[in-house]
Amino acid sequence: MASDNPSVPEYIGHHLQNLVYGKFPEGGWGFAHSAAEAKSMGFWAIHVDTIGWSLGLGFLFLFLFRSIAKRAVAREPSGLQNAVEMIVEFVDQSVKDGFHGANRLVAPMALTIFVWVLLMNTMDLVPVDLIPWLASQLGIHYMKVVPTTDPNATLGLSISVFILMIIFSLKVKGVGGFVGELTLQPFGKWLIPFNFILEGVGLIAKPISLGLRLYGNLFAGELIFIMIALMPFYLQFLLSVPWAIFHILVIVLQAYIFMMLTIVYMNMAHEAH
Amino acid sequence: MNINLTLLGQMISFLIFIGFCMKYVWPYIINAMEERQARISAGLRDAERAKQELKQAQQKAHEIVAEAKEQAGKRIEQANKRAEQVIDEAKLKAREEGERLKAQAQTEIDQQIQEAKQELKSKVATLVVMGAEKILEKQVDKSVHDRMLTGIASDL
Repeated sequence: MASDNPSVPEYIGHHLQNLVYGKFPEGGWGFAHSAAEAKSMGFWAIHVDTIGWSLGLGFLFLFLFRSIAKRAVAREPSGLQNAVEMIVEFVDQSVKDGFHGANRLVAPMALTIFVWVLLMNTMDLVPVDLIPWLASQLGIHYMKVVPTTDPNATLGLSISVFILMIIFSLKVKGVGGFVGELTLQPFGKWLIPFNFILEGVGLIAKPISLGLRLYGNLFAGELIFIMIALMPFYLQFLLSVPWAIFHILVIVLQAYIFMMLTIVYMNMAHEAH
Repeated sequence: MNINLTLLGQMISFLIFIGFCMKYVWPYIINAMEERQARISAGLRDAERAKQELKQAQQKAHEIVAEAKEQAGKRIEQANKRAEQVIDEAKLKAREEGERLKAQAQTEIDQQIQEAKQELKSKVATLVVMGAEKILEKQVDKSVHDRMLTGIASDL
């Protein structure tokens, strides 16, 4: 907690504020010292905590998997290799079930999404005040530790998936095929504008719904943890333990949904309807 | 909900992560898993084949043992037959030998009878002469009557 006795809205607002580094409207770059200041920076700002935690977790994922990949043996696997292989096999099976094209990118992408999102979501289980408190001891006053509660992170993922989806659509179907898919259905060539609006909305809805679904679920979960943290301390165990246990389900489920939808979208990009 | 540069940063890091994962992580793990799968299926196949071979070998062993038994039986039978044959032959030989010996003895006996007869004849002749001499009380001219006496002896 930044101040000694913040009011409830202050406490919640403080927890939901990212650590922002950006360009001040008056010129010059620096850390924002309040939510209003952060807002005034507009687009030219970076959520240092989101980027930091997500990069850190991403590197953790890559380091872990790379260290196993380097000494992966076909003989009897040991400890960690078993766990990694279990995840890889699970992802591989999901890709085989959901994706019927030939693309070497999809499976590694699905693995990256699943493990990375899972790790980022898992940060939600860290007590809400622990890391912000440690950070404030170090003089950092804003710290949001769950990157997936930041729409920048989730939309960044979903827009990347969307861009890859369009690239592969163009590659597989050609420009004509892609445009045709957007304009010639479902009502034939006499209703091209109407088709285009319908299909365009459907297309744009994909990345937005993909990103906002993850953001919404995790944000809500985080918000409830913050609310529980506002309760008297003797009630906190009673509420936060069941919620954390339930939240484990949400964490894995949301990572899985994100991965599965990515696979499905990639499959749509590779298959003509 | 401030959309800002973080979005771009996230996209860039995501794409880099995918690239790294695709190049340095996924193939290694998948290869190891596929290799293991191949090894396991090869091992299972080998085990199956070994089982089949064992079965065949057992069958063959059974066949060989059965054949050996059969041959041994045949051998014993042959040997028995041969033994009987040998015994029969030996009996036959013995009988023949016996016959031969008997025949030989017979001829010897016959010969000895003949010789005894001859001797007896000559002795009888002498006895006759001696008897005649005694009867006549006179010396009979041996040279004169010898021919007559020999004739009598041969008539005996």
